[in-house]
Amino acid sequence: MTENTLKDKDGFETMYLNMGPQHPSTHGVLRLGLVLDGEVIIKAEPDIGYLHRGMEKLAESRTYQANIAMSDRFDYVTSMNNNFVTALAVEKLLGVEIPKRAQYLRILMAELNRVVNHILFFGFFAMDLGATTALIFGFREREEALELFESVCGARLTYNYFRVGGVSRDLPAGFIEKAGNFVKMMRSRLKDYDDLVTGNVIFQDRSVGIGRISKEDVLAYSLSGPVMRASGIKYDIRKDDTYSVYREFDFEVPVRENGDCFDRYMMRMLELREALKIIEQVLIKLEPGEILAKVPKIIKPPAGEAYVRTESPKGELALYLVSDGTANPYRLHLRAPSFINLQILQKILTGVKVADVIAILGSIDITLGEVDR
Amino acid sequence: MNISYGLENIWTWLITLIDRLFCRAGLPYIFAYTLEKIIFGVALLVFISISVLFLIWLERKVSAHMQSRLGPMHVGGWHGWAQTIADMVKLLFKEDIIPAKADKWVHRIAPIVVFVPSLMAFLVIPFEKNLIGQDLNAGILLIFAFSSLAVLAIIMGGWASNNKYTLLGGIRSAAQMVSYEIPLVLSVLSVIMLVGSLKLNDIVEAQQGWHWFAFTQPLAFMLYIIAATAEVNRTPFDLPEAESEIVSGYNTEYSGLKYGFFMLSEFTNMLIVALVAATVFMGGWQGPKWLPLPGIIWLLLKTYLIVFVLMWFRWTFPRLRVDRLMDFGWKVLIPLAFVNIFLTGLFMVVFK
Amino acid sequence: MDAQKYLNEIKGRFPGTADAAPERIKDGVPALLCPAPFLFEIVKYLKAEGFNYLMDLCATDYRDSLEVIYHFCALETNVKLTVKVRLDREKPELASITPLYPGADWQEREAFDLLGINFPGHPDLKNLLLPCGWEGHPLRKDYSRKPDQYD
Repeated sequence: MTENTLKDKDGFETMYLNMGPQHPSTHGVLRLGLVLDGEVIIKAEPDIGYLHRGMEKLAESRTYQANIAMSDRFDYVTSMNNNFVTALAVEKLLGVEIPKRAQYLRILMAELNRVVNHILFFGFFAMDLGATTALIFGFREREEALELFESVCGARLTYNYFRVGGVSRDLPAGFIEKAGNFVKMMRSRLKDYDDLVTGNVIFQDRSVGIGRISKEDVLAYSLSGPVMRASGIKYDIRKDDTYSVYREFDFEVPVRENGDCFDRYMMRMLELREALKIIEQVLIKLEPGEILAKVPKIIKPPAGEAYVRTESPKGELALYLVSDGTANPYRLHLRAPSFINLQILQKILTGVKVADVIAILGSIDITLGEVDR
Repeated sequence: MNISYGLENIWTWLITLIDRLFCRAGLPYIFAYTLEKIIFGVALLVFISISVLFLIWLERKVSAHMQSRLGPMHVGGWHGWAQTIADMVKLLFKEDIIPAKADKWVHRIAPIVVFVPSLMAFLVIPFEKNLIGQDLNAGILLIFAFSSLAVLAIIMGGWASNNKYTLLGGIRSAAQMVSYEIPLVLSVLSVIMLVGSLKLNDIVEAQQGWHWFAFTQPLAFMLYIIAATAEVNRTPFDLPEAESEIVSGYNTEYSGLKYGFFMLSEFTNMLIVALVAATVFMGGWQGPKWLPLPGIIWLLLKTYLIVFVLMWFRWTFPRLRVDRLMDFGWKVLIPLAFVNIFLTGLFMVVFK
Repeated sequence: MDAQKYLNEIKGRFPGTADAAPERIKDGVPALLCPAPFLFEIVKYLKAEGFNYLMDLCATDYRDSLEVIYHFCALETNVKLTVKVRLDREKPELASITPLYPGADWQEREAFDLLGINFPGHPDLKNLLLPCGWEGHPLRKDYSRKPDQYD
């Protein structure tokens, strides 16, 4: 695609390597144009758009409720969180009050999905570094979580669980016990994870000090989520710009200082524990009650606009929603954390090795569905 | 010591029979000799093929059970024992693709070049005292000489495919295998110093009665296992075919039987390094006296123990990075190997 | 509201800036409507004042004009501010803020791609999501898809 005229430091010809869109570990259809001097990267250029489905345009021809169904497909790993932000944005325009139980259920699902996302991250990141077993371990636990989701809303990937004004269904019988068991199991499995991967010398060798992102870069590139907190900025929208009923829950915002791949990995592992903590609290606090507020059958929010931000497992997931008073949104813009976090690649990939590209890309944790929308 | 049980008895009986038959027919001894070697070679080939098929199956089973899966369960009935046979048949029928701009001849020859030397190395391995292709004076050297030829084929395959990933894989493997050859040979060198012979049978007999070099030379044994893992391109040293980085490395562009050859040679190499480890460090075909089993059984038991350890490595560790790999090889393994040789020499001078 | 302070400050400094229809804005963040030529200066000022985090940059087509919306946040104090710019639909041009916030890079490219807004000063303004040579800007309201082989 691009003419390769770059020379290496000794004036020799360089190699242009097209990593992706078909590649085992670009996490989808990301293309990285790499200019290589041997195995060292001189210039990296991420190229996206291979999965562009025009979702922001599609949203304009769908009703608000249908948009929640579509939001499942933004980032198909964290569908519940996407549902959450879409429902919140519509409710902000509409100005409805959500029943308590629905709020709790939403947080329960969002945090469960956070657990699922971080488990997947663990598996894929270890896989990117060559540890195959971790992936299977991750999938084993994810399966349990997906079964929980399935029992609640009948789907395993695209849940469409949230409604404007609440959630679609109440919990099935025995869910609380099952979820409690899941949390317990997950805690013990996290020990396995640490034994297998975190403490491994080779793993640390591959990730400590690799792909460092400074605090300044985090701010300049608007990075968010675990990537931001791994670089020492303690900012979690759930705490600092709270939404829904997160205020009622007691959880820590873990933060790490170095901003390298290992810290980004550790961030997820720590957040996973916090998410489990929240789930446990929700399970205790849940009380019977309404799960859906009274909202009109056809949702027509008054003309207006809102920018609603939430903390998805990947970072700041926000929705800019403009309504013109009709049944369809006038404009829906998704602030996708993967999309914005991915920009840093151009900067930090210079000078690293091919193997580190995979580690760095994996540690940023992107989903191409969200990057391209 | 004379072990009177085992496969070698049948083999010696067969040789004597052939010799006598040819002698009676008035044919020169060279014909009998050739026939014997051919029979041995064919038997060896059969053994290798079956072992490799078994190894692949074992690898899948071991990995599966380490990952709380079951692995192949259906083909053939009992625990999917025929899975690899089915896979090989499938590979046979697959289209043989040569990339349009590939160097066709090099591309074709590479799988053969990778497979033949790995077979040759089996010739000098003593399965039992007399069950050996040729008990060469420089047996152990021959094995290392042949196993180092594999790098040639990998570079050939990587370069001829005209693909950047295969090229990277080829370059990586060149760097890696050449570097790790040195600690591999150096670690065995300390054993050779103690034995005073390059003959594998001498090395085996020097370890009579649990005097395994794995115990007397633990550092050399560890170095050998690490270097051998790198030599056969297995995780954590599987950089030449790191599938999450460079797709599949040097064999990305291979398909069908040619890919099968690369895979076979990978497992054959693993078998060789395990056999050498069992022979040089773990007493080879010798077993405890109270359990009179054929020597080959003991050898294979030890071999598969090593193979299992190699598989264990693979399904536990992440992959090293290429520069760290070089650091580890040159700055850790080679100095340690030299230290070990020095200590062994010192020991020999002081205590003899 | 703390952000109101900055808003008033800017309104005093840069003539032509005004509040942007506060009754329309439901998220409670004060919004500023500023004329296109001042945008870069205003963003520079905001950055100097501690709005160190560009949350989001997006654009909307309002049929008579295009609107580019910047959502800023000061992470230390958690003060948020929205800046809006109205652009001419025929020849939309707006100074790029990528030199100030490198994170705006792809978001500006996206707006260029999907709404056809030109950002002079952007280091590498080219298609991001759409294939090279795509005609039209899909997020504009008058965009009509050309029939393809599936129609």
